[in-house]
Amino acid sequence: MSLVQGAHPQTSQPPAAQRATFMTLPEFNTPAAWLAAVILVIMPLIANGFFLIEIFATTLILGTIALSLMFLAGYGGMVSLMQLTVAGFAAYMVAVFGMSANTNISLGWPWWLATPTALLLATVFGTLGGALAVRTEGIYTIMITLAIGAAFYYFTNQNWPIFGGHTGINTVATPKFWGVDWRADIPFYYVTLGVAAFCYFAVQYVSRAPFGLALQGVRDNPRRMAALGFNVNAHRVAAYAFAAFIAALGGVLQVWNYRQISPGSVSVGACIDILIIAVVGGITRPVGPYIGAFIFVILRTFALDLLVKFGLDGNRFRLLIGLGFLAIVFWSSDGVIGLWERWRRHTAAPEKRAARGHGHG
Amino acid sequence: MTRFIERHPAWALIALIAVALLLWLILAVWPPGLEEAIGRKRVFLNAVLNGITLGALYFLVASGFTLIFGLMRNVNLAHGSLYLFGGYVGYAISVWTGSWILGFIIAFVAVALVGIVLQIAVFRRMEGQDLRQTMVTIGLSIVFADLMLWAFGGDFYQIQTPSWLIGPVELPLVTAVKSSGEAVYLRYPLVRLVIFVAAIVIGIVMWLALNRTRVGMMVRAGVDDRDMLAATGVPIQLVFVAVFALGAGLAGIAGVVGGTFQSISPGEDTRFLLASLVVVIVGGMGSIPGAALGAVIIGLAEQLGSVYIPTYAIVVTFLIMVLVLALRPQGLLARR
Repeated sequence: MSLVQGAHPQTSQPPAAQRATFMTLPEFNTPAAWLAAVILVIMPLIANGFFLIEIFATTLILGTIALSLMFLAGYGGMVSLMQLTVAGFAAYMVAVFGMSANTNISLGWPWWLATPTALLLATVFGTLGGALAVRTEGIYTIMITLAIGAAFYYFTNQNWPIFGGHTGINTVATPKFWGVDWRADIPFYYVTLGVAAFCYFAVQYVSRAPFGLALQGVRDNPRRMAALGFNVNAHRVAAYAFAAFIAALGGVLQVWNYRQISPGSVSVGACIDILIIAVVGGITRPVGPYIGAFIFVILRTFALDLLVKFGLDGNRFRLLIGLGFLAIVFWSSDGVIGLWERWRRHTAAPEKRAARGHGHG
Repeated sequence: MTRFIERHPAWALIALIAVALLLWLILAVWPPGLEEAIGRKRVFLNAVLNGITLGALYFLVASGFTLIFGLMRNVNLAHGSLYLFGGYVGYAISVWTGSWILGFIIAFVAVALVGIVLQIAVFRRMEGQDLRQTMVTIGLSIVFADLMLWAFGGDFYQIQTPSWLIGPVELPLVTAVKSSGEAVYLRYPLVRLVIFVAAIVIGIVMWLALNRTRVGMMVRAGVDDRDMLAATGVPIQLVFVAVFALGAGLAGIAGVVGGTFQSISPGEDTRFLLASLVVVIVGGMGSIPGAALGAVIIGLAEQLGSVYIPTYAIVVTFLIMVLVLALRPQGLLARR
């Protein structure tokens, strides 16, 4: 299995764009992107603990997990529903190897040993799952990854020696070092922001690297890529490995956030939530999952109050999410970003036309 | 069958030995050494029968799923919701009228109607876009799950077994021999056996309908080449609607069966969706005999697993899926 890289025509971009710097990344040449970045960095000055953790940190965590799905679906054409399962596996491994209230399960390793172990194992888990999923194509991938996710959920539910059955593992220890409690609101927010930014730029970078370009080639025409000498399956498995690592990072943050992990966190519904987040945000660009996650978290947090205010049953939050998802799937294949871009093109088009006309005259 | 033996003599031999071993375990009186090693025969026989009857239930759910998939390339992830809806309808009808049979009929009709509406209003609009259809079915399953939670609450419902089916029946299977030399026969709930026979009958009728009738011929042709069939002037949309209605209706019937066997509650939709996914992956997508074989294998694995290795039972099911994917990615009985 060799990943054939380099020595193939760069058709999608001129060579100069290969040496793309920060400034020329398409998502960083609009003032809005800079504004968003600045707001995210100074967020603790604006928002208090509840908003900081429950809304923004949660958004970043869910967005990172959904980003791994976006990477697979957007660049690899593989819709994997097991990304949350990989994240949940990492979370379980942090709880199993690290310290928690379930002393009969947890091995009590320090965090700097337990976390890399969890990341490694989850990446291996995701890669193996991917190796299984790439044996089939297209919609079969959805079926198999969903089956893996559901099997993991039922397994955690019925397995007591390692996964703690349906009560899960509680009071998981979070890292404290350099005199900082990294689970305190503000440090934890920066940790999630740092990880999310790392993942975001990593996906951006990989999508432009030879591997990412080859992966997009595999997505568009696997037979032709195979004929050109690329090992199609190896590229796909490697994509799963990369996505699994990102999902695992999200999973570690998630278990630190809630300090517990139980089968409910890896349920089939939760797996599908990640798909919804990615699809609603848009699976063509890495920023999509974060936008989707923000909408999802806002809805999940405030839908109850809002529905009650309108005199409806507050428990119908899932109905709202489902209908919103259906609407997005029906009207826009590219999620909220697609809608926004269409709207922008729509409003910008007349101006451009006018400007061009002026130049001619 | 003979071709399979000719082409894969080793596999055929392994399968033959496995079947012979299973038959011996079921029919023979166990020697004392064996009883000491793996427990009593009654437990084993019960697990096997439970597995086979559970397989019958899985077959009812998965055959509709695989039929819809085979013809329309639509992975209907809302299939579990149709199952659950059928269960609730069956429960409501059987409580209201007191008739179990009527529950079946109305559940079939109601869920088939839902299927027709789905096919006409939703899936016809996005024909050929597999991924988008699948996404839509995910969205629908969320909406349906919440609507049913709204209407029926989070309670467990069990459909009342009719009085003429209550009680165990003695089977001609010896579980043990008493010291007096008298044989002890297995007693097993009649209702599960009746359902099992009914599932077999439904399976045979489906097979006959697919292989011996004109409509079945159209469906099979559609599975092979949809566009060519449409080009020959067959009203393919009508065939699609009929198949979707049948597949959904079968899920509805399965819901009533499941409500009688076990119980229905929110969350069962996911469970049966997973079961149909695994059954169809193992058996081969789009193949009715494949669904039957996969259902029996998965049902047996689940029941035997939960008896002999309780905390790792699901792993057995999963390993079977992995093994099939590794050796025969298209499924055991798929043609391609």
